[in-house]
Amino acid sequence: MFLYSLTFYLFSTIAVLSALMVISARNPVHSVLFLIFSFVNAAGLFVLLGAEFLAMILIVVYVGAVAVLFLFVVMMLDINFVKLREGFLQYLPFGALLGLVLVIELGILYLTDTSSNFNNSQILLEPKINETENTKMIGQLLYTKYFYLFQICGIILLVAMIGSITLTLRDKGGVKKQNIDNQNTLDASKAIEKKKVKLGEGIK
Amino acid sequence: MITLEHYLFLGAIIFTLGVLGIFLNKKNLIIILMSIELILLSVNINFIAFSAYMNDISGQIFAMLTLTVAAAEAAIGLAILVVFFRNLGSIEVNKINKLKG
Repeated sequence: MFLYSLTFYLFSTIAVLSALMVISARNPVHSVLFLIFSFVNAAGLFVLLGAEFLAMILIVVYVGAVAVLFLFVVMMLDINFVKLREGFLQYLPFGALLGLVLVIELGILYLTDTSSNFNNSQILLEPKINETENTKMIGQLLYTKYFYLFQICGIILLVAMIGSITLTLRDKGGVKKQNIDNQNTLDASKAIEKKKVKLGEGIK
Repeated sequence: MITLEHYLFLGAIIFTLGVLGIFLNKKNLIIILMSIELILLSVNINFIAFSAYMNDISGQIFAMLTLTVAAAEAAIGLAILVVFFRNLGSIEVNKINKLKG
């Protein structure tokens, strides 16, 4: 149990600190790398909670895809980041105040709802690690009870994919392409021209 | 002993950091998108913590839904950002006013 607590505090501290670095780093590339770090630590926390499948999904989807997408965009665009950081200190007091208020409000929620709102007996004192594998349990529920939700996820991803492709696709002029319609409607009499060639003269 | 409250408090801290990131980096659209990712991560932590402590696997399935939405949102957001940069040559948020009419 001691080791569990130690691991929790290690992972959560690093996750919070790297989340802090995400919003305060000067260089956006560093921000992206700290975001990756934060997600890896969150994946560690998911393993602690017994959700191995989601931990692996988090690493594959975020570290493998989303973060690399961010890195590509940050490195591809030629942006003056120093200019963008103007006003960071100007907003700092207001932002800190807002954050403080938010944390206090959430803290008050934790303090008050322990007895009133939801049935406390349902909440276990420590996460329950089941006999069945986590992946198998998710599969058994995902493909039966939540099958429509699963399909909607697929549609969301399809729409996002088509949307981002159509947004960024741009038609450059001067590219030669095959035009099938033109090819099919072409008449043989227009395409070919017959000429009599006299001997020794050739075609001009 | 790590209880549910520990995880909820961690989620609250990361959520607050995400909101703070949106406020502090008012001009940089990329950091704002990353802050939104942080907020969604905190939501995921809450979902999975409740799922583990209440011994109900449904929470993990909804966390997967959140993950899908987050990935789609990042893809669309970055595509819009690239188009915006191509047209205006800058990603300052306060310069986005072409739709104002």
